[in-house]
Amino acid sequence: MKKLTLEELKKIKEKAQSDLQARSPEGKDKIVVHMGTCGIAAGARETLLAILDEIEKRNLQNVVVTQAGCIGLCEYEPLISVQKVGGPKVLYKHVTPEKARKIIAQHVINGQIVTEDVLSTE
Amino acid sequence: MAERAHILICAGAACISAGEESFKSALERELKEAGIYEEVKIIETGCFGTCDLGPVMVIYPEGTFYIHLKPQDAKEIVNEHLLKGRVVERLLVKEPELKKPLPTINDLPFFKNQVRIALRNVGFIDPLNIEEYIARDGYSALAKVLTEMTPEEVISEVKKSGLRGRGGAGFPTGLKWELGRKAKGDEKYIICNADEGDPGAFMDRSILEGDPHSVIEGMLIGAYAIGAKKGYVYIRAEYPLAIKRLTSAIEQARNYGLLGENILGSDFSFDIEIRIGAGAFVCGEETALIASVEGKRGMPRPRPPFPVNSGLWGKPTVINNVETWANIPVIILKGADWFASLGTEKSKGTKVFALAGKINMTGLIEVPMGITLREIVYNVGGGIPGGKKFKAVQIGGPAGGCIPADYLDTPVDYESITSLGAIMGSGGLIVMDEDNCMVDVAKFFLTFTQDESCGKCIPCRVGTKRMLEILDRITKGEGKEEDLYELEELAKVVRNTSLCGLGKGAPNPVLTTLKYFRDEYIAHIRDKKCPAKVCTALIHYEVIREQCRKCAICFKNCPVGAIFKDEDGTYVIDQEKCTKCGICFQVCPFKAIKKE
Ligand SMILES: Cc1cc2nc3c(=O)[nH]c(=O)nc-3n(C[C@H](O)[C@H](O)[C@H](O)COP(=O)(O)O)c2cc1C
Ligand code: FES
Repeated sequence: MKKLTLEELKKIKEKAQSDLQARSPEGKDKIVVHMGTCGIAAGARETLLAILDEIEKRNLQNVVVTQAGCIGLCEYEPLISVQKVGGPKVLYKHVTPEKARKIIAQHVINGQIVTEDVLSTE
Repeated sequence: MAERAHILICAGAACISAGEESFKSALERELKEAGIYEEVKIIETGCFGTCDLGPVMVIYPEGTFYIHLKPQDAKEIVNEHLLKGRVVERLLVKEPELKKPLPTINDLPFFKNQVRIALRNVGFIDPLNIEEYIARDGYSALAKVLTEMTPEEVISEVKKSGLRGRGGAGFPTGLKWELGRKAKGDEKYIICNADEGDPGAFMDRSILEGDPHSVIEGMLIGAYAIGAKKGYVYIRAEYPLAIKRLTSAIEQARNYGLLGENILGSDFSFDIEIRIGAGAFVCGEETALIASVEGKRGMPRPRPPFPVNSGLWGKPTVINNVETWANIPVIILKGADWFASLGTEKSKGTKVFALAGKINMTGLIEVPMGITLREIVYNVGGGIPGGKKFKAVQIGGPAGGCIPADYLDTPVDYESITSLGAIMGSGGLIVMDEDNCMVDVAKFFLTFTQDESCGKCIPCRVGTKRMLEILDRITKGEGKEEDLYELEELAKVVRNTSLCGLGKGAPNPVLTTLKYFRDEYIAHIRDKKCPAKVCTALIHYEVIREQCRKCAICFKNCPVGAIFKDEDGTYVIDQEKCTKCGICFQVCPFKAIKKE
């Protein structure tokens, strides 16, 4: 391997830092996928994978994805909630992988809630 | 794919011996089974510090902290936490005082009361991946030094920070470097002292296992400051994991051109070699260490000349402790003023301690200088288990001393600790409760130093032996009152006339216990009693006749047949035959055996 220059050190740092970002939820937009048994049966796994894929593709560094259990609204599964920093927590219903990609583009990136899919806002 | 969770599993020595590896393979198996192996990242880190709770791990981004992990827990963690997002409550810490489980690592009082500088990355990064170190500002201090600072400026920054050597004596690091820079000679050396001979101490090992690059970077900066091209890490053979991780870190640094010729495109060149020691306590002493690196027997020599002027192969050599080196990059990056704002007037920054003994959270901690012993024992360490009474802390290792309860509010800094007759040492901190016999404690440490004496000088070789004989007599109930006087006199002679720090420090455990726990010595001598009921020869077991239910359990369990039945069927202990093993005391279901 060729010797590192200062510039390259900085580049490695930036890249590696975004990798470590995954270890801290603070100051980041949060996406929670509800993964109760009901959610998984309704396809929450595929939704989650689509979300991860979209985040990777768009190189979104300020977003953390976590899972949560069933919240008793099984008929609306798959459910995800999105909360941008400082914004309301928005619960989306029947989130298919396609809808998930749309929510990321429209809500997470552009800050516009995808109103037709919203179940509740708090 | 972007990972949605990072799982950091502690691969410190304590967690490994508690079964970390088999848990990790079970976890990997379960992740594959569930088809989510690709979605999470598993990283093995250095010691988290919570060694008592091991094996432990944290799942990020939430920071959920799981403890006492067994391979059979892996399935539940994968199915519940990782698939369904439900925390597995039964694997969380249950803080005794809070009575409720604490879900995340940041909520633990153990971590909340710490300030981590030397341990900044230990437990948070993958020690085998240089890029994770770089991500946490690693090698940025080196870059700053090489592009923006002269060696003199580096030295003045370290001086201004007030950093003192963490290997025990607390010599100002910046001053040592200045002497090293000024010393005459073209060839100079840097040494990292990773001998860590104190029984019970594992701070330095944990830094090397958990964040080896911080030490390498510190050494690079030191080498630049004093003008050295070559460095050695002296580490004991008993630390194979530390050696392995350090070796791999050195290789990676070389591959990245951070060690070797023309580092980061500058005209500064430096490389590091590892030297493995056989693990003799005296080899941690700097002149003995240097002899050992040279391939000679590790024996100390009189100083001066000091190593900064005539060290390795007679050349100027700056030798610092692992923790000292690990502090350097942060001082350079955040500045001397920031560092000096932590701690007390004369003791700046933080200190890493290995907490052990009668304390709820044994493990590794880093706290600001000036914190009181009470805060360490009760806030960080969670207090004494089993509602027992605190008796003393033994601080500073075999050359350290015992500090009694009256001084719990003493701030931990070099001067305050020394004024009580102990030393800061390299960071061993053993908590003792009412069940510890202080005469026995003094004997334990003196036995260690006596064993480890290199034998070169008479006060240390013979003096400690005579002291030990006296202590031994006292613990056997054969002591005389004059013994205390003789012990004290001998201790002073050994302290004042020994050649190196080993002999000079050896009397400290004896002197401090004599000073603060003299009544315990007197109880042994005059009353032939060991108040803590530790010294076997002075313990006496007896059956309490009224309480004996004649169940014969003691009779059946006595390994030497010292228990017999008298006329009315009550059991009796034959004091002549009794070896005081204490088995009858432990097995009696009716508490009918008295221990005195
Ligand atoms: C008997 C004896 C054992 C020592 N063992 C160690 C040790 O294990 N590790 C260490 O860093 N320093 C040890 N020291 C202190 C070293 O001699 C030396 O002072 C220290 O490594 C200097 O580094 P520092 O200025 O960074 O503390 C020992 C000293 C004596 C007298
Ligand atoms: S071994 Fe150091 S004084 Fe004897």
